[in-house]
Amino acid sequence: MTRERTTVDLGALGFDGGADVLVKLALADRQVGDEIAVRGEHPDLAGHVATWCRQQGHRWRSTDSPSDGDAIGFIERGSAVSARWIGAERCGHADPTTEGAIDAAPPASWGLAARGAAVEPGGPTPQFRLGVREEVWTDRAAPLYAQAAAAQWDPATAVDWSAPIEHDLRVEAAIVQVMTFLIENEEAALVVPARFLGQIHPHFREIQQFLAVTVADEARHIEVFSRRATMSGHDLALSTVGGRTSLQTLLDEPDYATASFLLSVMGEGTFVSLLGFLERHAPDSSTRRIAHLTRADEARHVAFSLAHLERHAHVEPDLRSRLARAVEQRHRALQGTAGLNEDVFDALVVLAAGDITPERVRTGWQHVQALQVEMSDARRARLARLGFTAGESEALSSLHTRNFM
Amino acid sequence: MTITRPFTLGAVAYDPKVVTIWEGFKDWFATRDFAFDYVLYSSYEAQAEAHLAGDVDVTWDSPLAWVRTRRLAAAAGREARAVAMRDTDQNLTSVVLVRSASDIIDVAQLAGRAVATGAIDSPQATLLPLAHLADRGLDPGTSFTVRRFDVMVTKHGDHVGGERDAVRALMDGEVDAACVIDGNQLLFAKEGTIAPDAVRVLSRTGVYDHCTMTVLDDAPRFIVERFIELLLSMSFDDPEVRPLLELEGLRAWRPGRTSGYELLEQAVDRLGFYGADGTILVEGYPR
Repeated sequence: MTRERTTVDLGALGFDGGADVLVKLALADRQVGDEIAVRGEHPDLAGHVATWCRQQGHRWRSTDSPSDGDAIGFIERGSAVSARWIGAERCGHADPTTEGAIDAAPPASWGLAARGAAVEPGGPTPQFRLGVREEVWTDRAAPLYAQAAAAQWDPATAVDWSAPIEHDLRVEAAIVQVMTFLIENEEAALVVPARFLGQIHPHFREIQQFLAVTVADEARHIEVFSRRATMSGHDLALSTVGGRTSLQTLLDEPDYATASFLLSVMGEGTFVSLLGFLERHAPDSSTRRIAHLTRADEARHVAFSLAHLERHAHVEPDLRSRLARAVEQRHRALQGTAGLNEDVFDALVVLAAGDITPERVRTGWQHVQALQVEMSDARRARLARLGFTAGESEALSSLHTRNFM
Repeated sequence: MTITRPFTLGAVAYDPKVVTIWEGFKDWFATRDFAFDYVLYSSYEAQAEAHLAGDVDVTWDSPLAWVRTRRLAAAAGREARAVAMRDTDQNLTSVVLVRSASDIIDVAQLAGRAVATGAIDSPQATLLPLAHLADRGLDPGTSFTVRRFDVMVTKHGDHVGGERDAVRALMDGEVDAACVIDGNQLLFAKEGTIAPDAVRVLSRTGVYDHCTMTVLDDAPRFIVERFIELLLSMSFDDPEVRPLLELEGLRAWRPGRTSGYELLEQAVDRLGFYGADGTILVEGYPR
């Protein structure tokens, strides 16, 4: 059966102005060997089309026969333009909920291709160290990412930076100390996911996206804690060796699951309690607001990590003992350090006291005691959710760094 | 014991990608048990002379290098053969462009004007279009001023820079016309060097062929045949070889032919570039 010949009308357009786009569209649904007729008024159209066909591997046949109407010639479709589709394979599916969308071990050759794209064979084979589904995947990543993207707040407007500070200068100094502590902890919470982010195979797009928005969250946290620390003209306070040594153990952890566990389940989870404490007890509205905003983000980070590790532990039953060993090892590594900066502990008491009187300090002290109990209880609950027994949870929780993160 | 060298190709290093191309070809040939190597030259003239001296078995020649190799061979009582070429090397044209708003509507009006060309040794952007204008009664350098853009002389215009500079001069109003190969007119439009509808074709040369694989009559016949057979078997459908073909700018290799070099042979004579024996006649041409 002879296929009906298409005519592409190029008007006054030349191939130096986009005519090739129209011709490509006209050829797109033609078979190799099919012809399309070309019509147009550009003064050098025949020269352009001959050159273009040569470059593209099509055959050009000009005509001035009256039987061809006002066509200036015919393009016979060559095979080269569709060569890239030969052997191209679909790399999963864009929608992660579709059956077979997420490959268990996407090949390196899929590289940066969009998940669901048809991938031309060949090309570079970038090595992504985290390239196995069971090591990184959680179905919760997509909804948590969507939640995070919708919940992004602007540090410039989300906090009233002109709110008056009416408390005692020594209380303000305590807040500055707490902020100084928070900033270096949030630096660790930024650097750790950022390091793994570049190692995730792009096929696991939702995981990348969640880690990317986490890094952006931490960048904002660092900004608002810094702005709050310097809001009243104070210099930042002391950063101790003990604090930085504790955080260094997070940076040194090369295993994604272990790092995620130590940072998010143990550390950021504990921070959720700390930020809740600041939201309840800070003497000024700016600090309370900052604590409220950052706490919501941190809770999301914890939820992501728990979801990932729950799944991972399900497919790799040995994971739990690996995580437990990591807590014990970290505990041993930090035994020789001072633990929580004493100035930070005192600052939390003063901050919660809100004033420097024996009665208020007693109250502040009691709030900090309650905070520590709350931190431990919440840690044990999270550990239980990962399948640790009550005894294991109790033991592991007690070994967690005294530096909170 | 005699150690035979691999079948050795000479190519001119007009761009760093040349190494990538021939390394890729070398690997590809190796997987087909064909011992192949290559030597890079910094000029086509040196390559042609090395070919005659037997230093290489085949040369990847510009059309001008083909003309010289053929002439050198003939002068020595030998014969050169064009054995393979790219599909994109056949049936090319060059164009003489003017600004769309120019008052020049006929080639004769170039008299007394300035015409930009590519490098002195560019077949497509200098020799062929200047001979084309000469055929129409306009003697280059006498009837009109030739403004040459000598980028990478000795590379026979392989580098696109000379043509791009010529077109820029046209767009900037420094010259009245510019000579480029047809494909580069479309390329310069796409990359924005030529603004939309800013130029028109004043005249177009006849069709000619471009590069060729050249062998001399003493090349090992069966190896040459195998080489050609392998080249012709390269398929754009093959993802392994496609990147190499793309870098080299072709979709398929074609058997060589010499019918497309007649215009250039005439241009070379008309403009006095080489003598009939392959001697370089152009004054001051770098060696």
